[in-house]
Amino acid sequence: MAGNRMEEPRRKEALTRRDALTGAGAIAAGAALPTLWLRHAAATPADMQAAIANVLGDAKLNVGRVKIEIPPLVENGNTVPCTVSVDSPMTPQAYVKFIHVFNEKNPQPNVISARLSPRAGRASIATRIRLTDTQTVVAIAEMSDGTFWSDSISVIITLGACLENLI
Amino acid sequence: MASALINVPTKAKRGEIIAIKTLISHHMETGFRHTETGVPIPRDIVTRFVATYNGEEIFSAQLYPAIAANPFITFSTVATESGTLEFKWTGDNGFAATEQAKIIVE
Amino acid sequence: MSDGGDPLASLPPGQGRSFVLIAATVIVTLLSTTLSVLTGDIPVDKRSSTYEQMSADTKAMQDEDTANPGMLWVLDGEVAWRTRTGAAGRSCADCHGEASSTMKGVAARYPAFDTKRSAPVDMEERINICRTEHQRAPALAFESKELLALSAYVARQSRGMPIESSDARLTPFIAAGRDIFERRQGQLNLACVHCHNDNWGQKLAGVPIPQGHPTGYPLYRLEWQTLGSLQRRLRNCLIGMRAEIYPYGAPEYVALETFLMWRARGMPMESPAVRP
Repeated sequence: MAGNRMEEPRRKEALTRRDALTGAGAIAAGAALPTLWLRHAAATPADMQAAIANVLGDAKLNVGRVKIEIPPLVENGNTVPCTVSVDSPMTPQAYVKFIHVFNEKNPQPNVISARLSPRAGRASIATRIRLTDTQTVVAIAEMSDGTFWSDSISVIITLGACLENLI
Repeated sequence: MASALINVPTKAKRGEIIAIKTLISHHMETGFRHTETGVPIPRDIVTRFVATYNGEEIFSAQLYPAIAANPFITFSTVATESGTLEFKWTGDNGFAATEQAKIIVE
Repeated sequence: MSDGGDPLASLPPGQGRSFVLIAATVIVTLLSTTLSVLTGDIPVDKRSSTYEQMSADTKAMQDEDTANPGMLWVLDGEVAWRTRTGAAGRSCADCHGEASSTMKGVAARYPAFDTKRSAPVDMEERINICRTEHQRAPALAFESKELLALSAYVARQSRGMPIESSDARLTPFIAAGRDIFERRQGQLNLACVHCHNDNWGQKLAGVPIPQGHPTGYPLYRLEWQTLGSLQRRLRNCLIGMRAEIYPYGAPEYVALETFLMWRARGMPMESPAVRP
């Protein structure tokens, strides 16, 4: 890369050297993190589909048995309550192995991946997540029989009126 | 900084499904923010949470930057026997925290 | 400008939001100027905490001690309360004993008049006065974890108790605070009363306007993702109004806090609260 060349306007999706460097640092820091996407901070629904495909492999994604609950209108995208429950007897013969949550517009599509076992008694988890913008959030349950089930929800994010930082 | 707040019933009946709530203090810096002068702020998050019950894993999770600051995680487990529940969080920059809670199961 | 599409798209990030906010507040201002007769104190029986306007989930976050992130600071404060520090090697407990009894009701009547200074001081200032004068330790920085922890711990001891504002010596400071509250300020030429007295309950940029009572400080603000003091929130308000902010510890903040506590007299303390 010649240093004398005029800087060309960056395409939104182009991966710049700076992004790669920042991403590399993040990868080094979070080596345990399996899916780390090097992206300009404007992900697309396609990124989410790719992250989901990463988890599904060849398996089919069924809709149902899973319920994701997020308040439809949240007061602040920094802390959004999120509950995922799955219809499953949670016995050693039939239980939920994993619950994955994905989003479509945050810089990264993954939110949380939880591993359960029959010891859970009930397939239900709750946490607080960050959502940058009005978007769809998807929850996928991987069952012990190898099937995948899902639910999705649309969330509207409002922004507080008196912000501390105007930037 | 106080490590964590744990909500585990002190007593439960054998076979009862109990809800466990955990709240760990951590700023969960996403790695996607920049300072006012455009310098990227490096990621610094909790990446993993593991809960064990008398040494056996009952729940674990991989956390990503989309988890809100001061991660709050609620899950459930079956009260099988009296003993110790241990919760361990690990993350970027060598972050590690452990909390324990005792439970009596009758 | 290149494309004729979305007019906000050509503005640098952040400006779009600011544009909407300015537009919204200009409308509010215009309404306020024509209906200036509305600007009066909220009747005592019509006062309500911002808690009432929050979603069920945010209320639940505040109500449960093990789900309320503010409690993390309270726990730290409890440890700090008992820690000996400074050249005097004293802890808060050495002079004040058990906070659960000696600090009961204290935060509910702060800012309180300090005879040496002949002026009110707020809780954070009081903690630093104790640290520097009695523990002979350095003052804690505003908004530092340590200061907020102690402030949250002390405020927690007043939870549920009514705010008290009956000290006659505070009268001139309440008046000074009222002046600031009623004065038009900043680029929007807006006064606090225009939103918080005249238009509370209505929406600004999709968010309900609160009456703005300081019943829950220090509080965990979802916007900040951390605990913060009333001074931080007041600075936040001034920035939002595009007014000039005073430095931390300025007497203007203490006057405003004193007035706000008088305005909220009788309302129960909720600290540490959670707010969007």
